[in-house]
Amino acid sequence: MSQINRLPGGQIDRNQTLNFTFDGKSYQGHAGDTLASALLANGVRLMGRSFKYHRPRGVLTAGSEEPNALVELREGARKEPNTRATTAELFGGLTARSQNKIGSLRFDLMAINDRFSNFLTAGFYYKTFMWPAAFWEKIYEPIIRNAAGLGSISLQDDPDAYDRGFLHCDLLIIGAGPAGLAAALTAGRARAQVILADEDFTLGGRLNSERLAFADQSGADWAAQTVAELASLPNVRIMARTTVLGAFDHGIFSALERVSDHLPQPAPGKPRQVLWRIYSKGSLLCAGATERPIAFENNDRPGIMLAGAMRSYANRWAVTPAQRVAVFTNNDDGHRTAADLHAKGVSIAAVIDVRPDAPQSQDYEVIKGGQVINSRGRLGLKSIEVVLPGGATRQLTCGALGVAGGWNPNVHLTSHHRGRPEWLPQIAAFGPPSQGPKTLRIAGAAKGELSTADALRGGADQAASWLGENGFSAAAVELPDAEDAPVSMTPFWAVKGCNRAWLDQQNDVTVKDVKLAHKENFVSVEHLKRYTTLGMATDQGKTSNMGGLAIMAELTGKAIPEVGTTIFRPPYTPTAIGAFAGRDRGTDFRPIRKTPSHAWAEEQGAVFVEVGLWLRAQWFAKAGETHWRQSVDREVRATRESVGICDVTTLGKIDVQGTDAATFLNKIYCNGFAKLAIGKTRYGLMLREDGIAMDDGTAARLAEDHFVVTTTTANAVSVFRHMEFARQCLWPDLDVQLISTTEAWAQYAVAGPNARRLLQKVVDPEFDLSNEAFPFMACANITVCGGLRARLFRISFSGELAYELAVPTRYADAMIRRLMQAGEEFEAVPYGTEALGVMRIEKGHAAGNELNGTTTALNLGMGRMVSKAKDSIGSTLSERSGLNQTDALKLVGLWPVNPANPVPAGSHLMAKGDPVDAAHSQGYVTSACFSPNLGHSISLAYVKSGDSRMGEILRLVSPLTGFDHEVEVVSAHFIDPKGERLRA
Amino acid sequence: MHDLIATTALGAAAPCVDHHGPISLTEEPGFALASIAARRGAERATVLAIRRMIGPTAPKAGHWAGERIIAFWTGPDQWMLEAPYDSDEFLFERAIKEAKGKASVTEQTGAWCRFDLRGTGLAAVMERLCPINMATFIAGSATRTSIDHLGCFVLCRSEDHISIHGPRSCAAALHHSLLTAIRAAF
Repeated sequence: MSQINRLPGGQIDRNQTLNFTFDGKSYQGHAGDTLASALLANGVRLMGRSFKYHRPRGVLTAGSEEPNALVELREGARKEPNTRATTAELFGGLTARSQNKIGSLRFDLMAINDRFSNFLTAGFYYKTFMWPAAFWEKIYEPIIRNAAGLGSISLQDDPDAYDRGFLHCDLLIIGAGPAGLAAALTAGRARAQVILADEDFTLGGRLNSERLAFADQSGADWAAQTVAELASLPNVRIMARTTVLGAFDHGIFSALERVSDHLPQPAPGKPRQVLWRIYSKGSLLCAGATERPIAFENNDRPGIMLAGAMRSYANRWAVTPAQRVAVFTNNDDGHRTAADLHAKGVSIAAVIDVRPDAPQSQDYEVIKGGQVINSRGRLGLKSIEVVLPGGATRQLTCGALGVAGGWNPNVHLTSHHRGRPEWLPQIAAFGPPSQGPKTLRIAGAAKGELSTADALRGGADQAASWLGENGFSAAAVELPDAEDAPVSMTPFWAVKGCNRAWLDQQNDVTVKDVKLAHKENFVSVEHLKRYTTLGMATDQGKTSNMGGLAIMAELTGKAIPEVGTTIFRPPYTPTAIGAFAGRDRGTDFRPIRKTPSHAWAEEQGAVFVEVGLWLRAQWFAKAGETHWRQSVDREVRATRESVGICDVTTLGKIDVQGTDAATFLNKIYCNGFAKLAIGKTRYGLMLREDGIAMDDGTAARLAEDHFVVTTTTANAVSVFRHMEFARQCLWPDLDVQLISTTEAWAQYAVAGPNARRLLQKVVDPEFDLSNEAFPFMACANITVCGGLRARLFRISFSGELAYELAVPTRYADAMIRRLMQAGEEFEAVPYGTEALGVMRIEKGHAAGNELNGTTTALNLGMGRMVSKAKDSIGSTLSERSGLNQTDALKLVGLWPVNPANPVPAGSHLMAKGDPVDAAHSQGYVTSACFSPNLGHSISLAYVKSGDSRMGEILRLVSPLTGFDHEVEVVSAHFIDPKGERLRA
Repeated sequence: MHDLIATTALGAAAPCVDHHGPISLTEEPGFALASIAARRGAERATVLAIRRMIGPTAPKAGHWAGERIIAFWTGPDQWMLEAPYDSDEFLFERAIKEAKGKASVTEQTGAWCRFDLRGTGLAAVMERLCPINMATFIAGSATRTSIDHLGCFVLCRSEDHISIHGPRSCAAALHHSLLTAIRAAF
C-alpha cells in the first residue's frame, strides 16, 4: 500500500525509505517517522484493542503520553510488549504487532466484553469475585491473570545489555523545547556545565510541531540551529532519546537514555539503554505540557485524537490521519490544527467550538457553541454527531477528529518529593507545586506559560537567574520573535449526559465509572483512583486524570482544586527492568573472589563452593572417584595419616597496630589478650553486645604493638566493620590502627603428622621448626624458598599437627606448587572445605553452624573463657540469667547407637518416652558428617545440660523426614581429646 | 634470593593488555604498596615521614602526590604509599624506618590489583563505572569509590592516564567490568 495519507513538507527524510511490518503486513515509511506516523501515513488508524472492553483503538497522541497505541515491537528474545507506537522510532526491518486480542485486530473475539459493559463496571472484581472464597485461588485468579495485561512476553532471556552510569553538571535542563533550548543557550554560553535531556530523538519539542511559532523562520529550523550551536560547546552535553525519570534527594535525577532502540539491534558491546544518575547543582524543568481531551460518547474510536497531536503529525511527519478531518475544541489552539491541516490541503469538515464567541475562519466552517456528542465507525471514525446551539443535531462525515480541551503542564517531576500541584485558574489546569524538589526550577509550558514567546523568555530568565545566583555571569541571549497569543479557552471537560465517554483510554475508565464511584461514596481522589483504576495504567493518567477530577468535582459540587490530585511517582514513563538491573545479571550479578592459587586448584580437579563472594575448593576429585564422599574420605584419611594442604586464604585477616593494640583486643575478645606473649597466637572469641557469640578466630602477636587477627571467611567484613566501629566510636582515645590484609597474603594450612617434615623442606634453614623452638600456638615472621618473606602460625583446625603458612599473593601459585612438590615423598594431598569440615567435627571445633547467632560462650562450652577480670564487649550481658539457666544447651558429640544410621544436622533430640514436639526438644544437631576415621556418622549438637549427660541414649528425630533413631551423647572431641596430636 | 615465580592478579606470568578504540587497558603488577596511618598524637610526624619519602607535600583528601614513591590519601591521617616493585619491593620496610614508631605501616602490595586506563576520552569510560565527577578529577586527584560493588582507589595520573586499584581477589571481575565499560563507550 502506498502512503496515501502522506502530506507535503515535514521533517522526514524522503530519500530514505524504510520497510516495516505491522501484524505481518508490509508497509513503508521514512527516516524520521515514528511507527505511529508511518502507520497513519499508510492509512492505518486501527492499532490496538483496549484493555477491558477490547474496543478498537488508534493513536490519541504523538508522544510518550500515549495510552492507546501500544504494540509489541520486534520478535524473538528482543520482543518488547506495551511499547508506544508514538515514540517507537522507525527503522528498516522493524516488526510490530498489535496486542491484547484473540483472533485478528479487526475481529477480536474478546470484543464481546464490550457487550457486557454493564457488568464490567468499576469495582467489578471486588463485587464479583467475593464468593465462594474457595474459588479465588483455583478459578478466579487464573482467569483474571489470563485476561489481565496487554502484550505478551517472549519468555526468553533479554539478549541486550544495559548500562548504569553517573553524570555531573551545574545545570540539568529537562526538556529541549523552546524553554529548554533558550535556557541551554543561556547557560551554555555562560560556560556552565549543562546537560540538556529530551525524550525525543529530534530536539525542539513543540517547535517541530508548529507551523507559525516564529515570525520569520520555522520553529524547527531555529531549534536545529540552536542545537547545532549547543553541540559545539564543550560544556554542554546534549542527550536526545533520554527521559528524565525521577527527581531524588540533593539534586539527583535518574534518566534513561535509549542508546540502541532505534536500531535493529545494539552494536557489538553497546548497551541497549543506559540508566544515568545525574548529580546536578541546579535543575530546570522545561517538560512542556500535555493536551487533554474532552469526554463525549464513544470518543475512543481510531481517528479521534488530540488536536495538537494531529498538528504534529501534519507539520512534523507530513501525515494526516484521514483526508477529511474535524476539530472539537474549547480554545483557540484547536483552530490552529484546522488551519495547519487546511494549509496542507486536508479537507476540514468543520471546527466545532463549544464557545459561542469562537473565532471565525474564511477557509472552513466553524460551528460556534456546538458540541460533538457521539461518533460512528466500527473500526475507525466515519462520522461525528454534532449538537448545534439550538439543540438540532448534524452528522458530519470525517475520518479523524482532533480534540482540544486545553493543556496540562507536565508537573510530574515536581511532585516526586510529594509536592502537590497547584491550580492555575488562567489555564484551568494544575501547575507545579511551590514545595517541589528544592533545586528544581520550572519554565515554559510546564509552568503554565503556554505561548512560544513566554516559553523562550521563561527558559532564558530562569537559567539566567540560576546562573547569577551561582557565580556565573550570564549575558542575555537574543531570542526570536515568537507567537505570543494569550490563552483563550473556556473550561469544558465532558459533554453533559455522556456515559460511555472515555476518560482513561488505557484502563478503559469512562465517565460512567466515575459517576458510579461517586454514587458508592468513593469520592476521595485517592479512592477514586483505586476504585476505578483511573490513572493507574502505565501512562499514569497523563491524558486522563484531569478529566476524572473534573467530573468528580462536578458530582460533589466542589471546585477542581478542592478535589485535589493524586501523586506522581518515578519513573515518568515505563522503564525496562533490565535498565534498573544494569550489568548486574547472570554471572555478573556480583563479583567473584578467587584465591591466587585458584588456577592450580582447577588443575587438581577442585569442585568449588561459594563462600560469600569467594570460590573455595570443596574437594579435589581424583580420576575414578564418582562420589564426593570418596574424595572427601580420601582427603581426610591422607591428612590424618600423613599430611594435607588446604587453601585458607579466604579467612579474614586484620592488621591491628598501635600502642593500645593489646588493650583494644582485650576489649574486643571476651578472653584475655593483654598478656599474650610476642610470637604467640591465641584462640579468641568475640561476643556481640548482647552476649551472644559473634565470631571466633585467632590473634597472633607479632610485636608489642602489632597483632594479626583472623576471622571466619563469612564474617571477615562484618568483624572488620565491628572493630572499626569500636575503634572510632567506642574507644576513640585508644591508639589503634586497623587495616584488612585478607587480600594481601595467601595462606595455606599444612596439617598432619608429616606437616613439620614437609615444611622444613621449604622454610629457610635458619628457622627452627622443632616442637621446642616453635611449639603449638607459636607464630613468626620467617622466610621460605631462599628468602621470600612469609608468616608462619602453628595453629590447627583439623586437630592435627598443623601450621598455616602465609606468603605474598603474587607468589601463592608458585608456593602451593612448591609445597605439593615437597610433599610428594609424604604423599601429601590437597584437601577442600568438606574434608576440613569433617576433621573439625571430629575434633569438636565450633564453626558457623555452632556460632549461629543464638548461642553463647556457655553453650559452646567456653563459658569460662569470658573473663571476669576485665570488661569486654558482651561480657556483662552474657551474665544475664536467661543465658545462664541450669539446663542451658551445651555442645556435645553424638553418635548413632546403630552405626549404620546417619545423624543429620537439623534433627532434634528427644528423651526416650517423651512426645515428639517442640516443648520436649532436648536440643538439636548443628553439624554432621561421616567420619572416615571412626567408620560411622558423627555430629555436634546442642543438648540441654549436655555436658552432664555423657553416655545417655536419646532419640534423634526429624518429624519432617520421619527420621527417628537412637543416639548416644558423647564428648564433642571424637579424635585426640587430649590434644596430643596437635602438640606433637 | 628465592626462586618462586610471581603471577599477576589475573593469574598469568605476564600482565594482560587490551586495546579498544582510543583506550588501552593494562594490568600493572609492577608496584609495591604500603599503608601508613598516624598513631594517636603523631599526625604531624607522620606527614613529615611521608614527605621524606615522596617530596615536599603530603597529599590532602582527594589527592595523590610524589614522584617515584607516591602517596594517596585514604582516610583521616591515613595514606597509601606506592612505588615501583623492582626498586621498592620493601617499600613497607622503608616506611617503617621513616615512621620511627610514629605511624602504623602495613604491607599492602599483595592486596590490590592495579589496572591503568590510557587514552583520550577516559571520562566516557569512567562515567559508566563510578560516580566520580570527571570534570574535576584532574591530574593529582585520587579517591576511593565503588566500581561494580568493588571498593577501589582511583588515581588520575594525567589527563589521559587513570589508575584503578581494586581488590586482588576480584581482579578478573574488575578487569571484565573495565573492559565492558570501554567497549560500551567506544
